[in-house]
Amino acid sequence: MTTASIQNGKLPVKTVHKRRNGGRAGLAKLVITMLVLLYVLVSLVTLGIGAADVSITQMAMDWLFSGNGEAISPRDKLILFEIRLPRLFLGTLIGAALAVSGAVLQSLFRNPLADPGIIGVSAGASLGAVATIVLGGTFLGSFVTVLGVFSLPVMAFFGALMITILLHRIATRDGKTSIVTMLLAGIALQAFVMAITGILIFMADDQQLRDLTFWGLGSLAGATWSKIGASGLIILVSFCTLPLLANALNALSFGEASAFHMGVDVQRIKTIAVCATAAATGAAVAVSGGIGFVGIVVPHLLRLAIGPDNRYLLPASALLGAVLLICADAVARVIVAPAELPIGIITALIGAPFFLWLLLKRRGLLLS
Amino acid sequence: MNVIKQRANHSRLLSLGNDLIAYCMLLLLSAIVATGAANRVMADEARPYERVVTIGGSLTEIVYALGEQERLAGRDTTSVYPQAVFGVPDVGYIRQLSPEGVLSVNPDLILALEGAGPPETIDTLKEAGLSIITVPERYTADNIIEKIKAVGEALGVSQKAEALAEETQERLDLALGANGQDGSERKVLFVLSLRSGKVLAAGNSTAANSMIGLAGAENAITGFDGYKQVSDEAVITAQPDVVLMMNSRGNHSGSDTEILTHPAIVSTPAGKNGHLVRMDGLFLLGFGPRTADAIGELKSSFDKLGR
Repeated sequence: MTTASIQNGKLPVKTVHKRRNGGRAGLAKLVITMLVLLYVLVSLVTLGIGAADVSITQMAMDWLFSGNGEAISPRDKLILFEIRLPRLFLGTLIGAALAVSGAVLQSLFRNPLADPGIIGVSAGASLGAVATIVLGGTFLGSFVTVLGVFSLPVMAFFGALMITILLHRIATRDGKTSIVTMLLAGIALQAFVMAITGILIFMADDQQLRDLTFWGLGSLAGATWSKIGASGLIILVSFCTLPLLANALNALSFGEASAFHMGVDVQRIKTIAVCATAAATGAAVAVSGGIGFVGIVVPHLLRLAIGPDNRYLLPASALLGAVLLICADAVARVIVAPAELPIGIITALIGAPFFLWLLLKRRGLLLS
Repeated sequence: MNVIKQRANHSRLLSLGNDLIAYCMLLLLSAIVATGAANRVMADEARPYERVVTIGGSLTEIVYALGEQERLAGRDTTSVYPQAVFGVPDVGYIRQLSPEGVLSVNPDLILALEGAGPPETIDTLKEAGLSIITVPERYTADNIIEKIKAVGEALGVSQKAEALAEETQERLDLALGANGQDGSERKVLFVLSLRSGKVLAAGNSTAANSMIGLAGAENAITGFDGYKQVSDEAVITAQPDVVLMMNSRGNHSGSDTEILTHPAIVSTPAGKNGHLVRMDGLFLLGFGPRTADAIGELKSSFDKLGR
């Protein structure tokens, strides 16, 4: 496909949107600006929150006015730069990756409930993680010794990617990917992968079972700069496809045939969208474990506020996803301090009731 | 030592010890305001570690048994004995520690059982200049003595630890030496819980398996490692003479009647005779200073049941 055909695909979509949602573009821009400000504010506030008593305002003052950073204790420095800052970065990356992937997949599948689970990412990642935890001491022993702390994220990432690629292959025939087949095959494949995971879980001892439970609930506590480097690279590369995807997904919302006639290379867009979201969420889930509901709640909320135009929805989802995850992480680390709650609990605690409310509200609208 | 506790008023200086790389010393520069402006510098060199976090229930118990609880700055979720330990901040579950949570109690030493983690947290804590001493965990009587000596050495109270180790060894020998009334070994089924009617039993390489062995009995179910759900048939085939359980905290593990009327257990000797023994979880499975008592208690409750 040439760039010209994308341009062709862009034009009619734009005009349609202008007609349908007159002032929404302005509103969307305003919302995005506010989200940027909110993100900066939330970042600064959460950097100052934690189990340890570290005053960042005091640290900043010392640094600015005494002219040197020597007055800052090494412990405070370590907590800020090696613990809280990596968590902030990781929270941003993962929140953005999960929310954007949710938004992309919901558009692609034209299914409001689509999340990374639908393309096999969650099942694949948990198979990789469970295999590392259970077989790390025996079957995968040499692999684990070589990769050390990275063995789990690496296995989870490749597990996620492999299942997604397999699913994509199953659903593609004669160069065409059937979305319906992908959905149905996804359910079957997920059940099969979960069964294999189940066998591994059965083999696990009680300590490994504990580890599995905690992995499933997710946490940003293991944030290190090296993990951020690895997962951040994958997530940012996947995000590079978003400007291309945004326009094409807008066209796809009129149906595959219409999008094709608008000049969108539908097959290519499907492949790119599936690969990009699988890589981004795979990388996210691999380092943080299972974090639910961000991918569903964030895009839905924003669609209500700024409409379904993916050119605004995708960046806004990234920002709100990041804000939500950073806030959830702040709650996770102070609520039972000095111990810590898994972050997946917090996102589900906020996400599930909110989702229900959204559902009921929508039904109410339909009835009235 | 009250002075040291008033952390807020003190400025701290973290300095690396130069003689031994493993030892890092936290010098507390304490400013004591006495009517005028008299400042005094305090440094305690006789006891290198003043703020200790113990990770693992048995280690915490040993610290109390050594009378060194004043130096406890934190403990993990599995440390639930003695009662006073609930006044010490809980820094999280042994396998799921968060670096900031541990650092927030200002420790200078982490005393951890083997398997404490995750590794990322341990790395960050090492980077923070904390000493981390790991104590191996095996479910044997010797391991208890090993733990006591390791804790004593880490806290610089080796002599006290030696005395405790000796005394514990004596009690262990006594408990292990006291033979049951009859020579034949009883078969004991350890039930971790009875979840929706399924028996979750202890297999090989578990603390429960070792305790049953130390009490002179035999684990009724072998053939797998760890705690696993076993089928009703397997329970009936095992023919346990006694069912051993932990005291239920909450009601999740089933009431006594529920256990003894369980369709599989009811047809075994244990079910027919109503032989159910319950003990506190950490007491029974902790492999700490109280294990000798636990062995003794287990033996005598087996004996009391008769045949």
